[in-house]
Formats: sequence, structure tokens, C-alpha cells
Amino acid sequence: MLDFLNYTFMQNALLAGVLIGFLASYYGVFVVQRKMSFLGSGLSHSAFGGVALGILLNTEPLWIAIPFTMLVAIAIVYLKDKTGIETDTSIGILFSVSVAIGIILLSLRTNYSGDAYSYLFGSILSVSTNDIIVTAILSVITLATFFFKWASWAYASFDSELAISDKINVLRDDYLLNVLIAITIVVAMKIVGIILISAFLVIPAASGKIISKTFFQMTIISIIIGITSSIVGLILSYYFDIPSGAVIILFQTLIFLIFGIIKRK
Amino acid sequence: MQNIILSAKNLSTGYANQLFLENINLQIPESSYVAVVGPNGSGKTTFLKTILGLKKNYTGELLINNEKPENVPSTWIGYVPQIKTIDRSFPALPIELVASGIKKNWVGVIPKEAKDKAMEILTEVGADSYAFKSIEQLSGGQLQRVFLARSLVRKPKLLLLDEPATGIDLVCELSINSLINEYNKKHNVTVIMVTHDWSAAYHHTNFVLLLNKKQIYFGESKSAFTDENLQNTFSHSGHHHDIKFGMKELVNA
Repeated sequence: MLDFLNYTFMQNALLAGVLIGFLASYYGVFVVQRKMSFLGSGLSHSAFGGVALGILLNTEPLWIAIPFTMLVAIAIVYLKDKTGIETDTSIGILFSVSVAIGIILLSLRTNYSGDAYSYLFGSILSVSTNDIIVTAILSVITLATFFFKWASWAYASFDSELAISDKINVLRDDYLLNVLIAITIVVAMKIVGIILISAFLVIPAASGKIISKTFFQMTIISIIIGITSSIVGLILSYYFDIPSGAVIILFQTLIFLIFGIIKRK
Repeated sequence: MQNIILSAKNLSTGYANQLFLENINLQIPESSYVAVVGPNGSGKTTFLKTILGLKKNYTGELLINNEKPENVPSTWIGYVPQIKTIDRSFPALPIELVASGIKKNWVGVIPKEAKDKAMEILTEVGADSYAFKSIEQLSGGQLQRVFLARSLVRKPKLLLLDEPATGIDLVCELSINSLINEYNKKHNVTVIMVTHDWSAAYHHTNFVLLLNKKQIYFGESKSAFTDENLQNTFSHSGHHHDIKFGMKELVNA
């Protein structure tokens, strides 16, 4: 029954899955509460530009995609702070620019193979040791933010002016949060796929919100859903040989629907 | 001679080509009750936000208890924002809002001590019965009380209220007014309240600031609402709004 645990690729996928399940659902609560769902789509498509550059240069796409996506995340906060352009507008611009760059870069590489498919839809076969190391480091940093940054991010999510009047450096916090979300998206890309990442960020948090009375509860419930759905999704993906990202998202949607029905009663 | 809790000299806020508040000069003695009155967009909220240190683009001098806004400890000022600007979809309980006022940050798990303190102040403002009810389910007046508790729990020197009467019913309004009055007298808190309610300003406050981007009037409440002042505050060049002269009755009363 648990024969899948004998395969190294499956061990890697499960380990990475648990970690990215935690990361995405943790940051997802801020994404949902700040109404930035579009950020997930924007950053994942920006990551596509970075991946394409990595493929063209024949190097590990991760090393290009991470700084590339971080830069876009910083640019989004910067544009809002300096020009007053709404976040969804700057995401909309940077999103398309990155995809355009990605398409041109990929077209330059004539002998391009089917690698992009796994980036678009997620694959449990593609998780490398590098991916796991980066994800693990990010998870440790993220766990630390739970103790040192969660409160001020929560405060600013509730009301940024109240947070500023309590001497919280909201702008610096926003840069940090966006950069960490950007890295999360890049490392989640292999398992969940570029196209589905925004849902992966949003659904656990949205489900948690339905049944929570406090933001703290919402965070904990979201994390539990994120981790559980990754494990279940990966196992189903293994048995039925279907893309992992799609299975995880559908499983999360099922939880969301069940919570919605429970709440309604 | 009373202490001056807030003093402004040639205070302007905004950008060179677009000022939201222009040339404010005033001195507010400690424990006074001040109403800020003016039409929409007259800079009332900007004035509060400049005091709070939220607007950094100001020129001139602004001192709160002899400190610049950026150096004022956040415990000195209690701030009740306009309730309509609060995101009620945020999953939170009144007790958490008050605890965040105590801790100056959001709190995941509220320590017992902070919980007791928060309950005490919520009881004082009459909001204890809904301390654990989701803020989404509270009425405007109830949320107003919670925010009042949140700012009072710090024992501030200065209490800033942005239109506490807007969006709540009259009974609520009267009881919140009397709460504020009581606090002002009992704890020597200086209150600065943005309001549309001239009659409340006339009857309850010591000082009135009339704003229409520029300072039209600052001084004793009883002599604030003259025809001329009201005309300058509420009319824009070109035509008159006769309704404003309805205040004459009140002023002569």
C-alpha cells in the first residue's frame, strides 16, 4: 500500500510537497486578507520569464527564476509606494512583460524540449535535490517569521495606518512579505505548476477564513489544509498518474466547498 | 498657565502643488475638548493624520507635548478612525482589537494579563457583552465603542476621533458623546474630534477649529459659529448655500 515510499522521486516530492503546502498556505492568509490574489498569478507568470531564461542559458532554472521573481515582487511594492499605481495595475503590467520575455527566450532555443510542460502543470517527477534544499531553507526562514513577523503583517493586513501609527515599518514589512511570497511561488512551481499556483495560495486561506473567528485561527487552519492537501494530492497523483498540481487544487476546492456548506448550516 | 498639549505654527500638509491643509496656527491647552468642523475634503482627517505621524509631507511646526509627531511615543495618542474605513471582513474579535491596542501589535494568542485588562476597559465603555463576537457582526456604534476602548486602554494624553457620530444611530451617538465627555473630564485627556455635528461642537467642546483647507477659525466654541465664519467654512466661491445660516439660532441661543 505504501510502496510509493520506496521511490526516491516520491520521497522528494512528498518532502517538498509538505514544505510548499506549509509555505503557500501560510503566506496565503496575507494574500487573501489583503485582497492580493492576483499577486500569485502575476508572480508565477513572472517566474516563467526566469525559467525560460534559465532554460536558454542551459542552467538550473531555479537560480534564475528566484532573483527574477524577487525583482518583480520588489518592483510591485516600489511602483505602488512611489507612483501610487494600484497594485493590480503594476502586477498586470509586469506579468505580461515577463511572459513576453519568456516566450521570446524560449523561441530562441531551437532544440527546446518538453520541459516547459512540467513547469506549467506541475509534476511529481521533477523535484530535484536543489529544489528541496531551497524549499527547506525557505521553510526555516518562514517558520521564524511566524514568531517575529506574523503579528505585524497581520496588523498591517487589518489596517496599515493603525500599524504605522504604532511605529511599525509597514513598507519594509511589505517588501519582505512580497519577496518571501515570490520565492515560495518559484519553489512551488515544480509541483503545482505556474498556472495553478495562485489557487494554491488562495484556496487554503479562503477555506480557513470561512470557519475562523480570528486571524490566528485562520492561519493555523490554512496551514493544516495546505499540508494535508499536498500529501493527499501527491499520493493520488502517483496512483492515477495525473499532474500533481491539478489534483492538489481539486482536493483543496473540495475542502473549501465542504467548509462553505458547514458554515451555511 | 495650562500646559500646551498641541501647538501648530504655519502647519501645511501635502505637496507644493496640492496642499490638503494650509497654514494652521493654533495652541491647544491640556485637557481641552476640541471639535474640528468643516465640509468634506476640507482637511479634517488630514489634520488628524498629520498629528498621528501618518502624513510625513508636512511643513511648518507641529509639536505634541513638545515632541514632533515622528518622535511621539504611540501610547500618547489614542486614535479612533472612521468606522467606515475599517475592513470588517478581517476575522477578528473585539477583545483582540483591544489587545492589539495594549501590545501595539497584533496578538495571536492573548496573554491572560492583557485579556483581563482588555475586558476591564471593554466593560467600562459598555462593550463587554460582545467582546468575543466577530467584528463582522457588530453594528457601527458597537465597533465605535470597541475602538474607543482600544484607544483608551493606553491611557493616552491625546484622543483623536474621526467622525465618531457618522453611521451610527442617535442613541448610540449620545451615549458615545457622554463617554467621551466623561473621559475628557475624569482623566484629563485632551480630545480632538472631527465632526459634522455643529450643535454637539457648540454645546460640548471648549474649542472649535473651523477648516476649509485653510484655518478659518480657532478659538472658544461659543464664538465660533458666526455667519461669517460659517460662510467662509462651508461656501465655495461663486455661490451661497443659504442653509448654513440656520446656525444663527443656535449661536444666539
